Amino acid sequence: MRRITDWYGASPLHLVALLAGGAVSAYAVTRVPSLDLLVVIGLWFAGMLVVHDLVLFPIYAAVDNVVAWLRANLGGDGLVPTVNYIRVPAVLSALLLLAWFPLVFRLSPTFERDAARTDDPFLWHWLLTTAVLFIGSAVLYTVRVRAARRKVSASQPPL
Amino acid sequence: MDRRIASRLTRLALGRGQPPPGPFRPTFWRSPIRGPWLSSVLGSILLLGIPVVFVTGLLSYAAYNPALGGGNDRTPDKGILGFYLFTWPTDPVWLYGVVIGTHVLVGLALFPVVLGKLWSVIPKLFTWPTLRSPAHALERLSLVLLVGGAVFELVTGLLNIQLFSPWSFSFYTAHLYGAWVFIGAFVTHVALKLPTMVRSLHARRLRDELRTGLADTRPEEPGDSGLVAVSPAAPTISRRGVLGIVGGSSLLLVGLAGGQTLGDGFRRTALLAPRGGTFPGDFPVNKTAVGTGIRRADTGSDWRLEIDGNGRLVSLTRDDLLAMERRTERLPIACVEGWTTTQTWTGVRLADLVALVGSPSASGVLVSSLQQGGAFGAARLAANQVRDPRSLLALKVNGSDLSLDHGFPARVIVPAAPGVHCTKWVRSLRLLADKA
Repeated sequence: MRRITDWYGASPLHLVALLAGGAVSAYAVTRVPSLDLLVVIGLWFAGMLVVHDLVLFPIYAAVDNVVAWLRANLGGDGLVPTVNYIRVPAVLSALLLLAWFPLVFRLSPTFERDAARTDDPFLWHWLLTTAVLFIGSAVLYTVRVRAARRKVSASQPPL
Repeated sequence: MDRRIASRLTRLALGRGQPPPGPFRPTFWRSPIRGPWLSSVLGSILLLGIPVVFVTGLLSYAAYNPALGGGNDRTPDKGILGFYLFTWPTDPVWLYGVVIGTHVLVGLALFPVVLGKLWSVIPKLFTWPTLRSPAHALERLSLVLLVGGAVFELVTGLLNIQLFSPWSFSFYTAHLYGAWVFIGAFVTHVALKLPTMVRSLHARRLRDELRTGLADTRPEEPGDSGLVAVSPAAPTISRRGVLGIVGGSSLLLVGLAGGQTLGDGFRRTALLAPRGGTFPGDFPVNKTAVGTGIRRADTGSDWRLEIDGNGRLVSLTRDDLLAMERRTERLPIACVEGWTTTQTWTGVRLADLVALVGSPSASGVLVSSLQQGGAFGAARLAANQVRDPRSLLALKVNGSDLSLDHGFPARVIVPAAPGVHCTKWVRSLRLLADKA
């Protein structure tokens, strides 16, 4: 037993869990009706993984670093950190776009013909939501800065 | 090639020796809030949410009554994956709407949680050595299926409801088998990580974290998780801030789409959902007459409904149907894409029509449409669906004749059935041979 554990690198229960779950996954793979179809689905499957791990993640991490750098190098009077008042509306808006980009950019060639309605408004709905998020964030920021300034001036005696 | 270079490349490919510069070095990852506690909180949300999405997805498959075969079963090679299938009931009438609405809305809500969870554990993708042991290699293979499966299911689902299919495969085939591939890896992952998750959750109290602002945010205790930064940067957001962004994104996605699932009065609130917003004087259409190749000439005065069974064939005009006993039912129609609408339908009971050629309770019925080809040009209804007194061949909706896009001259409406089984532009009803 000890030798197995040493060679395998974990307890045999670890192997049991992997084989049990793997059997379900493998069985589902064998159910795909043709090899051609399996290859196509497999390529999309792998492609989406690569797009997330090696494209989407590095991009959003880099953008976030830029925002953080701007905050460190440009940020106002330092009473209220600005970064999250940009970051939060930006992330929310980006996630909405990530979820609904085919509607927003009207990518479905059959949308109007199938659904008996136009997909024109979605771009405006997304822009409107984005504007509301950023304006709301700006208002909140202004309120916080004013409150912080009042606090600072209250604690400092007038010259 | 120089032997030294060759051996170096081999070691690199196997992930031995010193990690190359970049993400394989632990010092690369500097987020001060990454750590097992944060990953476990996000993981526990997924642990609750994913089974809901999975089970409602399986139920939606059952709602198509795949046992009746033909176009009802998009995945006839499913084998034992159909072990749980049962004849779909007609009660309560909102059953399918709630099942598919939950599937789509919880799936949408989990989209930011999955992305947050992947962000929180991404340093693990670049662990060095890349493969430590057979156990490590197998677990990483399983993680490919876990992460790939989660992203695949989210993307295929999201794009399908937006009528955008950049792929050549059938959504039904890929989304169903993809779900099973994913769930195998998910069960494994839960079995392997549940103790870690419970331990990590106990290390900090959620209530305290939700009271901790940016000024007091410190990295988690360095452990063997491989998630806590070795040289953390100064925090720019608190843990509650990250949880707030994830939760806020989920609420926003659901809030801007939920109206299309709640239907009708709420629909106008759904600003970012394919069947949200307003439909002046009308309700949403899944597929139009133009989109399915219906010719107006086929729906004119020459149109006949053919009822075929027990060796008899009855042919009825629309006026013949209007002269029969008419019923009015207020019933929802819910689409696999996650939207619902409830309307008042008037027409002839399916059971009454079937009775014209035989015993009304005998068997299921194959409903065929004028639709040329297409995915749902015909659907099989089970005996319980035909027998239900609320199941109609509708001729009118809300007191007026059906519009062409809503299925003129006649369409099926069956309580609790998926929308695509409420066949429009009905051409014929054929009794199915009793399987029993």
